[in-house]
Amino acid sequence: MGKSATTNDARALFQSLLSAYSATPTNLKIIDIYIVFAVVTAVIQVVYMAVVGSFPFNSFLSGVLSCVGTAVLAVSLRIQVNKENKEFKDLPPERAFADFVLCNLVLHLVIMNFLG
Amino acid sequence: MAAPETPPTSNLRYAFGNVLSIFILLLIGVLAFSIRLFSVIKYESVIHEFDPYFNYRVTQYLTKTGVYDFWNWFDDRTWYPLGRVIGGTVYPGLTLTAGSLWKILNSLNIPLSVETVCVFTAPIFSAFASWAAYLLTKEVKGVGAGLTAAALLAMVPSYISRSVAGSYDNEAVAIFALIFTFYLYVKTLNTGSLFYATINAMAYFYMVCSWGGYTFIINLIPMHVLLCIVTGRYSSRLYIAYAPLVVLGTLLASLVPVVGFNAVMTSEHFASFLVFIVIHVVALVYYIKGILTPQMFKVAVTIVVSVGLIICVAVLAVLIALVASSPTKGWSGRSLSLLDPTYASKYIPIIASVSEHQPPTWPSYFMDINVLAFLVPAGIIACFSPLSDASSFAVLYIVTSVYFSGVMVRLMLVLAPAACIISGIALSEAFDVLTRSIKYQFHDKTENPQLSAGDTSNNSKTDEVKMEKSEDSLKERSSRKNKKKAKDTEKASVISRIEQRLLVLPFEVSLIAIFLLVLLGAFYVVHSVWAAAEAYSAPSIVLTSHSHDGLHVFDDFREAYGWLRHNTEVDDKVASWWDYGYQTTAMANRTVIVDNNTWNNTHIATVGTAMSSPEKAAWEIFNSLDVKYVLVVFGGLVGYPSDDINKFLWMVRIGGGVFPHIKEPDYLRDGQYRIDSQATPTMLNCLMYKLSYHRFVETDGKGYDRVRHTEIGKKYFKLTHFEEVFTTHHWMVRIYKLKPPRNRIRGKTKKSKTQKVSSKRSGAKKNPWH
Repeated sequence: MGKSATTNDARALFQSLLSAYSATPTNLKIIDIYIVFAVVTAVIQVVYMAVVGSFPFNSFLSGVLSCVGTAVLAVSLRIQVNKENKEFKDLPPERAFADFVLCNLVLHLVIMNFLG
Repeated sequence: MAAPETPPTSNLRYAFGNVLSIFILLLIGVLAFSIRLFSVIKYESVIHEFDPYFNYRVTQYLTKTGVYDFWNWFDDRTWYPLGRVIGGTVYPGLTLTAGSLWKILNSLNIPLSVETVCVFTAPIFSAFASWAAYLLTKEVKGVGAGLTAAALLAMVPSYISRSVAGSYDNEAVAIFALIFTFYLYVKTLNTGSLFYATINAMAYFYMVCSWGGYTFIINLIPMHVLLCIVTGRYSSRLYIAYAPLVVLGTLLASLVPVVGFNAVMTSEHFASFLVFIVIHVVALVYYIKGILTPQMFKVAVTIVVSVGLIICVAVLAVLIALVASSPTKGWSGRSLSLLDPTYASKYIPIIASVSEHQPPTWPSYFMDINVLAFLVPAGIIACFSPLSDASSFAVLYIVTSVYFSGVMVRLMLVLAPAACIISGIALSEAFDVLTRSIKYQFHDKTENPQLSAGDTSNNSKTDEVKMEKSEDSLKERSSRKNKKKAKDTEKASVISRIEQRLLVLPFEVSLIAIFLLVLLGAFYVVHSVWAAAEAYSAPSIVLTSHSHDGLHVFDDFREAYGWLRHNTEVDDKVASWWDYGYQTTAMANRTVIVDNNTWNNTHIATVGTAMSSPEKAAWEIFNSLDVKYVLVVFGGLVGYPSDDINKFLWMVRIGGGVFPHIKEPDYLRDGQYRIDSQATPTMLNCLMYKLSYHRFVETDGKGYDRVRHTEIGKKYFKLTHFEEVFTTHHWMVRIYKLKPPRNRIRGKTKKSKTQKVSSKRSGAKKNPWH
């Protein structure tokens, strides 16, 4: 009884999540897909390391941290570009994107240096 | 904060205020630079102490050979025969900074020598540090507090002690990097701009390059983030301030060879990763809460909590097992001795023996931060009204640095900027309240007040009062506004009356209070200048003493190193206690056995055992290390208290920690350390005693040691395996040479008839020396 209630609850929760999410604007959904892509790439790299071993550890670190880094930066961009966010309403989205590009540049410069 | 009505004079006032602040900042920079020049004026432009000599030598190498050779440098003139990988074990920030400064100046045709640049790096960066403190406090409280904090930091004795002209050590640039990183973090927190987050990561990289104390930053910032989350102050600006810093910061920290993979594998960094995960969870929770209805959210919470808890427990168990399997739980020795102050004395005697690692005494707080010690509590209270993210960060910073300064004297240096910031806030707020009282009272006295207005009601309008207070940046403007509003509405006059009642002190009291505060500042200035001039400007390589017949200068150290440089072969090895290693390699340019880096405890214990053994055993040990010369520092003739005999017990302890035949009680008579006639025979026969007191009785006929205040025990003895080659003018440094083994060993010839007699003698005493 309780189990079916929880599964019903879970299904209802899932539905409401889906419906609420589909209401977000398209540009935010594009950013979200990018974030998911980055995280999946990081997970694939970790699984590969678990299978093959971590010998050039700096390469592994720089690969995983570059994925995590772009995911984090994309989340920051999403926060700043989101129209519903009251704190950033007078930040032009072009400025947010420029900051995002700059931070990515620095991140990838460091990654290329650390990749070995 | 901009009011809708801006009369044209207020713009001029703003401009004038800005120009005044810039001028004040310039003056503060000049003050910070000049107060550190006492040692250059009193002595000469020379590098001080021990560690700066190593940095100076590394900088010389960098300027001579370039960055690539410096990065890959393997130094074979120290820790003989092991050598030291300089590229991988030194924090390159300081040397790269000074090296690039020298290069820029030389390319501009200003031919300063490397030594001059090294000597003056610290005062320049202390000026930068005061400006960084101004920026940080401006973010926390405002311009007035910023200027006060900058002025306090320029003069605080604790910071002066580690950054005088000539103290060319990591802290000289590291404190600037620390304050600047904190400023950028608070700025990112206040504005939520990703640009500042990027620069924050780069400033953090500069800090990692400069000093091992960067672990303070990477633990304090996660603590603050956790505090904000727990107290319900989570916002998206917090996420932008923290998450990019962790990723970029970890990557940048791994780039520095000293840190390398420690950035992801040691426990010092785990806090940042943990809070990284926590902040993502919190961000996700807030996001889902935003898009779901409340009852759906409750359902989500119950499901997630039940499932997630199981996963969390499993992951935590794995992590705990991993960490617990290492004996130090993943922390390095120095960090562990910070968390558990008794750790070092039990397990790592070298860390415990450094005098800078001892806990401070109460007087050292008043010596080092003086007046700030009792302004800090007032400042902490001022930070709470109102409490913002930035002021909670300031409070957390001061609390943690007070704890750490209580563990190690050396970390008083981290307390100094925090104390200056908080005291700057306190002083600025106090001045604010007092001058406002004076102005309102003055205003009250000049214009006819409407005191008869109904002001007994509306006492609860505290938020309007606060609004009034926050707009008080231009005092005349608000008073004019008051005048205007008093003519318009009765309510405004009631509010201003309430504010007068709540925040106003009597006129005379505020005058006297301002005078007393200024007097307090004057005492602070006088103390700081005295501390800088008398206490912290000694280069410790040149000593002076005043006596009735003038000034005596003791330049024995440089005399000894000069003698070594000119009278020995280039490849000769010199053995001494590790304190003098850096100076010997830098000034005498000879290979040493152990130096101040103290990375190899066994090697140091070998030298310590040699110093504690009788002559023959010591000769054997030194011969096995290819040592040619032995150097000891002896202060008994002039009363120099930091000589090797006073450090000898540490040599015994460290040697005994590795070689068990050296036992500390053998050198003590009834638990007391003595070198007079009551000393133990082990003590009187050990190498250190013999090398220090050889021929000492010839100086005054009795052998009276001015440091230990007794006559020495064994006065007349000859050295059998060493010969004295140089003693400096005041007997402070004594250099001995190892005697080569005899060419012909008596009693071992095979062909003579008197073989039997001599073989019997050789069987009895197999001594190649007699």
